[in-house]
Amino acid sequence: MANVTVEKMTKRFGDVVAVRDLDLRVEDHEFMVFLGPSGCGKTTTLRCISGLERPEQGTIRIGDVVVNRMSPAVRDIAMVFQFYALYPHKTAYENIAFPLQARRLPRDEIERRVTDVARVLHIEHLLQRRPRQLSGGEQQRVALGRAMVRRPKVFLMDEPLTNLDAKLRSEMRAELKRLQKDLNATTVYVTHDQVEAMSMGDRIAVMRQGQIEQIGTPDEVYNHPASLFVAGFVGSPAMNFLPAAYRDGASPTLTVADGAFTLPVEPEWAQRIRERATGSSFTFGIRSEDIALYTEPGADRIASEVYVMEPLGDVNLFDLRVGGHIIKAKTLPNFQLRIGDQVWMAPDHAKMHLFDAQTERAIF
Amino acid sequence: MYDSTSTRVLRGTLIGLGLLLAALFFLFPIYWLVLASFKTKAEVISPTPLHLGMFTPHLDNFRDIFGLSSGQTEAGTPREYLGRLINSIIIAGGSTVAAVLLGTLTAWAMARFRIPGKSDIMFYILSTRMLPPVVIIIPVFLMYTRLGLTQSHFGLALLYTTINLPFVVWMMKGFFDEIPHEYEDAAMLDGYPRLQAFFKVTLPNAWPGIAATAVFCLIVAWNEYTFAFILNSDPVAQTVPSFIASKSQTSAGINWGVIAAMSTVFVLPVFIFTFLVRNHLLRGVTFGAVRR
Repeated sequence: MANVTVEKMTKRFGDVVAVRDLDLRVEDHEFMVFLGPSGCGKTTTLRCISGLERPEQGTIRIGDVVVNRMSPAVRDIAMVFQFYALYPHKTAYENIAFPLQARRLPRDEIERRVTDVARVLHIEHLLQRRPRQLSGGEQQRVALGRAMVRRPKVFLMDEPLTNLDAKLRSEMRAELKRLQKDLNATTVYVTHDQVEAMSMGDRIAVMRQGQIEQIGTPDEVYNHPASLFVAGFVGSPAMNFLPAAYRDGASPTLTVADGAFTLPVEPEWAQRIRERATGSSFTFGIRSEDIALYTEPGADRIASEVYVMEPLGDVNLFDLRVGGHIIKAKTLPNFQLRIGDQVWMAPDHAKMHLFDAQTERAIF
Repeated sequence: MYDSTSTRVLRGTLIGLGLLLAALFFLFPIYWLVLASFKTKAEVISPTPLHLGMFTPHLDNFRDIFGLSSGQTEAGTPREYLGRLINSIIIAGGSTVAAVLLGTLTAWAMARFRIPGKSDIMFYILSTRMLPPVVIIIPVFLMYTRLGLTQSHFGLALLYTTINLPFVVWMMKGFFDEIPHEYEDAAMLDGYPRLQAFFKVTLPNAWPGIAATAVFCLIVAWNEYTFAFILNSDPVAQTVPSFIASKSQTSAGINWGVIAAMSTVFVLPVFIFTFLVRNHLLRGVTFGAVRR
């Protein structure tokens, strides 16, 4: 295994800059997830690490070796593709054996290793079938087998679960993570699905427009998003955003949602606003699970009206109207209200976020 | 659509009938040709059409063209026809192999690599097909005479390769575009250099396309008459089409039975080749009709 270092990497396609000035380090044995919407440069970054694309600028190291000029064949990395890319004219066995044949291993050694991998992935009974005769989940396992069998320095995975149905996807998610820990394999995993990123990654690099917005553990990315984009992209439902105005003074306050409600600001947070703000307009953010709902009014509770209720089984999701804005709040399933009912909400002050409306960077 | 069973049966019958009529229409000339090859000189030109069963088939025409009859016949000297047939096989076969080989590699490069001005290059390749080859026959004749390429297998095969190459490039590019590049990517990451990835992974999946393309190339080269007539008139490298044509210019009247026998034999190789690759052919010509 090895670490992967990317320094000041830029990749263009014609006039389009796919990745801009990217710096990144994937530690040995780490499960790193690139998360972002389509076109953010996450797959391009992966393909540059693999050698299938050559960046115009920057350095890529695998271990201590600069691999910029090395062909994919000699980088000793394995990749799992979104459509699996199993060779249609070869059986599952031949697919898994293919990378070993490239290394000219003896026949019995190849057979031993293919059998070992097949046992780990529970696909021994499928080895004589061709990809066409395998289900999506089985193809996925064969593709994983082909990657694992040669014990590469680094695993690259490009949205490997996207084409599976929801149930299989959540099963494979757990299994992949377990496999990664068992193999202790340095892994770079690309996805646009924040659930996959949160559940599998040791660290997540959230990407947007060819750059990394934030890189951190799932906890850091979820609870301390560095920007409006990260806050909105990670988490389901997305974080509530409301326009906010700050008023300084002896008792500083935030006026949220065009005056719909006003919140007091703690002195240390007021200090941060003074240090970091570039203007006077802000975006207030709070996650739906950080809002408590009450059927009675009370101190620090904000009056609202039920616009929509979505019972999801394990939770109820409410769309609440406050002023001219809609706020989503999550409750336990036994908390039932009807459309049009009055309800009072209380945001958890410790879990509030504030973003500079100009720079979109987090203030707290 | 919720058709009743009877409507479906009726429609099936009508479609079947239509196909049968079309097949009869297109196969009739072949039928007549094959029939004529078994007739005597008199039977061929009989005022009442003689269909199957209305005459006694005989093999004299075939004996004549393969030089199995004794002495000089109207079909020419013994083995004359066989020599032309071998010329045709060498020239058409050689040019098909060359065109498919070169065209496939070009098409692969065009399908896989970022090449500056690619669409212009592809258009240029296509544009060479935009005027009928006959138009350039005089310059080609002059060039070939200077270069000593007339009356040779190589010269005509080279010409047919040139004529077929654009077709191969365009056809095969379409096929390679349809084969996901991820197969090659995966093979390269599995430890194979680019060209090996192509031969081990992409090429095996391109066989239907190659077979379909090769059939079309072979048919063009096999049937070509004009260039063959102008450039290769000597027996050493003359092909069957111009040889057959020369047989219809005898002073003793045209022996249609012999010509029909030559034509029947001439049609066979392409027929057999097409038959052998028919499964590939069907997949080949419908390839790309369905998105993956």
